[in-house]
Amino acid sequence: MSAVMVDVHGVHKSFGPLEVLRGVDLQVRAGEVTVVLGPSGAGKSTLLRTINHLEKVSRGWVSIDGELIGYRRSGNKLHELREREILKQRTNIGFVFQNFNLFPHLTVLHNLVEAPVSARRRPRKEAEETARRLLDRVGLADKADAYPRQLSGGQQQRVAIARALALEPKVLLFDEPTSALDPELVGEVLDVIKDLARTGTTMIVVTHEIGFAREVADTVVFMDAGVVVEQGPPSAVLDAPRHERTRAFLSKVL
Amino acid sequence: MSSDTITEPATRTAGHAEELKVVPTRHYARWAAGAAVVVLVAQFAHGLVTNPVWEWGVFSDYVLSETIVQAVWVTLQLTAYATVLGFLLGTVLAFMRLSRSPVLSTVAWTYIWVFRSIPMIVQLVFWFNLSALYKELGVGIPFGPVFWSVDSNTLIGTIGAAVIGLTLHQAAYAAEIVRGGVIAVDQGQLEAAAALGIPRLRQIRRIVLPQAMRAILPTAGNEIIGLLKGTSVVYVMSIGELFYQAQVIYGRNGRVIPLLLVATAWYVVLTSLLSVAQYYVERRYARGADRTPPPTPLQRARRFVTSLTKESA
Repeated sequence: MSAVMVDVHGVHKSFGPLEVLRGVDLQVRAGEVTVVLGPSGAGKSTLLRTINHLEKVSRGWVSIDGELIGYRRSGNKLHELREREILKQRTNIGFVFQNFNLFPHLTVLHNLVEAPVSARRRPRKEAEETARRLLDRVGLADKADAYPRQLSGGQQQRVAIARALALEPKVLLFDEPTSALDPELVGEVLDVIKDLARTGTTMIVVTHEIGFAREVADTVVFMDAGVVVEQGPPSAVLDAPRHERTRAFLSKVL
Repeated sequence: MSSDTITEPATRTAGHAEELKVVPTRHYARWAAGAAVVVLVAQFAHGLVTNPVWEWGVFSDYVLSETIVQAVWVTLQLTAYATVLGFLLGTVLAFMRLSRSPVLSTVAWTYIWVFRSIPMIVQLVFWFNLSALYKELGVGIPFGPVFWSVDSNTLIGTIGAAVIGLTLHQAAYAAEIVRGGVIAVDQGQLEAAAALGIPRLRQIRRIVLPQAMRAILPTAGNEIIGLLKGTSVVYVMSIGELFYQAQVIYGRNGRVIPLLLVATAWYVVLTSLLSVAQYYVERRYARGADRTPPPTPLQRARRFVTSLTKESA
């Protein structure tokens, strides 16, 4: 069995009096795809955002490939890292947003080149070659010089995935990548993610697409009210859920 | 249900649609108001040409005279320095105000409060009398010994005092304009930049500011035009800018109206140039905002000409 790539350990997160995550444990092995399901408000997105330290955890810790995220441990203390160090860690963690968040004032190519050049100090020419290869991979080689707003939602999300891949991250996080898309555009984005799954990219995908979970996931995690209710292979969680809450959720979405 | 059972539209019973004539509403009141305004404008134009008080001959003698052209140059320099320095300082202040550090944001807030509260002319006179306030300016350890110092009047001089005054005043307004632009940028943009690990300063320079520019530019254009005309208040410091020189000349020859016209004409020309520049700068920062950017007036004119030549051919 491959090594643990993402290790989420006893993570709590509160926004003021509201406790969104109440002790989440999750392990993702290298090359595996984990799909996180659950009703809205379950804390799925917050969990994903704590993994790349977009949200600071209130308690617990997250590590990627054995490296603590956002903190440095000495003895029994966790020292918060400087912003610069956190930014550096994030280059190992690709993040794909629900609303794409492409940079509208930059062309598609420049969207892909920006981070490798400024955060990874890659030579621009090399970064552009990588970018064009990635655009080809997501089927948008001809859109390199277009601006994001000239693309459809599905194309924009494929660009966003290519942008995340440009940093060659150790893990890719997807926060409801198809929720902002028209139904007929969902397929093209899921196809790209499936293709990544086949090539052994470690991924955590928060989604409402049960069919996608069944087809692609190695592990399905069901979350509700800030905790992981159950997890396991899709055949177990989706077809024979052991918990009442999982059954109730699945009966509503299937 | 088949289509022939649908009730026929009213036009059918009145005859064939293509024979019906459309009569537009007649706007009698609008026409009357238009005519009245045209008469007033014509009267004014007639007055401009015929009223001897304007003394167009004197105007044309002075409008391109060396003194005036040099004064225009001074006005332009004051505007340029105060714009560049004011917006630089303003941008720093804007990010200080947005900073999570309570010290930085309070200092920025206080600065803006103070400099928006003092009339520019009062502030300028303060700077003009700086040597009364601080006789010498020096570098050293705060509250400790001074290593190097210089007489404050020699250091800044009159033009320097004017530039400092205009800059500090402008910075307070620029800070709010820049802050307005920055908070108008979608939070998701910063999150995406942070998630990609782009360094903080680069996030601001490459991701935030270019997008903020769209909201900043229209108001900034206003401010710069305001500043161009606002430089006329430095006449109180006897700096040879446009308005001061116009005054000096009419003080000598008594031709007040034509020389005020000279200054007016130059201010109008400079403002027009700035407006054109603003249009193109705004267009540049709109890249990516529109799917197909509208043609510039120049492109439109060119297209119009080519369409005419095609028709005649």
